[in-house]
Amino acid sequence: MLQIHNLHATVADKPILKGLSLTINAGEVHAIMGPNGAGKSTLGYTLGGRPGYDVTGGEVLFCGQDLLALAPHERAAAGLFLGFQYPVEIPGVSFVQFLREAANAQRRHRGEEPLSGGEFLKLAREKAALLRMDMDMLKRPVNVGFSGGEKKRAEMVQMGILAPRLAILDETDSGLDIDALRICGEGIEAIMRKPDKAVLLITHYQRLLDYVKPDFVHVLAGGRIVRTGGPELALELEEQGYEAVAA
Amino acid sequence: MSEVLALPAHKDEAWRYADLEALAALWPLPDAEAVVVPANGAFARAVVQDAGGVTRLNLTLERGARAAVHVLNTGAVFGRVELAVTLHEGADFTLGAAQLGGGEATLEVVATVRHAEPGATSRQVVRSVLAGRATGTCLARVEVAKGAVGTDAVQSIRAMLLDRTATANAKPELEIFADDVKCAHGCAVGELDPAGLFYMASRGIAPAEAKKLMLQAFIAEAFVGAQAEERLLALALHALGALV
Repeated sequence: MLQIHNLHATVADKPILKGLSLTINAGEVHAIMGPNGAGKSTLGYTLGGRPGYDVTGGEVLFCGQDLLALAPHERAAAGLFLGFQYPVEIPGVSFVQFLREAANAQRRHRGEEPLSGGEFLKLAREKAALLRMDMDMLKRPVNVGFSGGEKKRAEMVQMGILAPRLAILDETDSGLDIDALRICGEGIEAIMRKPDKAVLLITHYQRLLDYVKPDFVHVLAGGRIVRTGGPELALELEEQGYEAVAA
Repeated sequence: MSEVLALPAHKDEAWRYADLEALAALWPLPDAEAVVVPANGAFARAVVQDAGGVTRLNLTLERGARAAVHVLNTGAVFGRVELAVTLHEGADFTLGAAQLGGGEATLEVVATVRHAEPGATSRQVVRSVLAGRATGTCLARVEVAKGAVGTDAVQSIRAMLLDRTATANAKPELEIFADDVKCAHGCAVGELDPAGLFYMASRGIAPAEAKKLMLQAFIAEAFVGAQAEERLLALALHALGALV
């Protein structure tokens, strides 16, 4: 589904990713762990196409397409979802309006019929219930006045509605209390644990992985993947720290 | 006499940012429309100026009268809307204006609201969206006369620049000759939040649509509560389509 080969990327001319390679197949859950500044968020933003994150080398294939040739909104329509560490507030635009626009923009881009108002609301209600989010919250402006945990749950609601093939979730576990962590973890499982979908979890901690069990764990350090293993690697990291394991 | 009829110059404060060449073609301007809203009466007007020109309205609100003027000023030309409002005791006035311009447009809202007597309230909300080499100006003045205690006046003037080549001028002014009044004014010129635009793109919304969604929310503040709110928003959205 995703093949990253020797990816190099800079932010403000500073090299951050330095030859990162990674392959993710359909049906797999991968976790990328690593110390602060290793390039984890940069990887997410680079794959999402955020302006200011410049690819200086390498290639990325997503479902056979050259991902890097696509504009950010085209990447989303192709089935890529980026869960933000810090979801952005958009004053004056309601979640319902935003998400309906997003879902239908993606559908139009893929040549599918747009959802009617009723169809969309039914879908939104279903996904909000999955994440135990009050539908009334989705009538409010995007992320405005949401707590950290509510923002993350709203990200998962969005993921449920947009139904991506690949979700890259950047520190979805940060800022979550124990209950919200479980709800988000179960949400990821329910939405993404499918034979035709895949997940890339970017995280500092092992705790999310209790709920979303990864098939592969990678250690990112210095802009490259320095070690790959199974779920046991996350436990090893938790016990011994990055320095010992990544060395 | 000749001074009154003479074409204004940029040194005239009220015409400092005007397109004088375009104005010359319209000169001399007809007299302002004068409307007196009787005591406890109500008045509402939607001004849609989409092909340039100068619209001038003088409003007098008698005791306890209410008036709301909503303005959509668009087009790639010189468009100016002038308002002179006098409020008597307990009167209430709302101005909500949106200016949307691209190309070489020069769009202006020039408003003076005079609180002549006690207890009157006024709100002025002006939103400008400017692209290309357009200039959008808002000169908004609140005058509180001696003795006009209990005045409550609010001015909110904001402009969004879609290109670095566009210009916004905002001049909120308060002139207060009474004690015990409440006057608030705020003014901001900014650009669309790039983080918000990327967030929307990451959800599949193309850049032009994302900008429209954000700008729609921005402009909507000017039309809240207008009798013609839906029509004004629809027209504004159409005009936005040409800018983003």
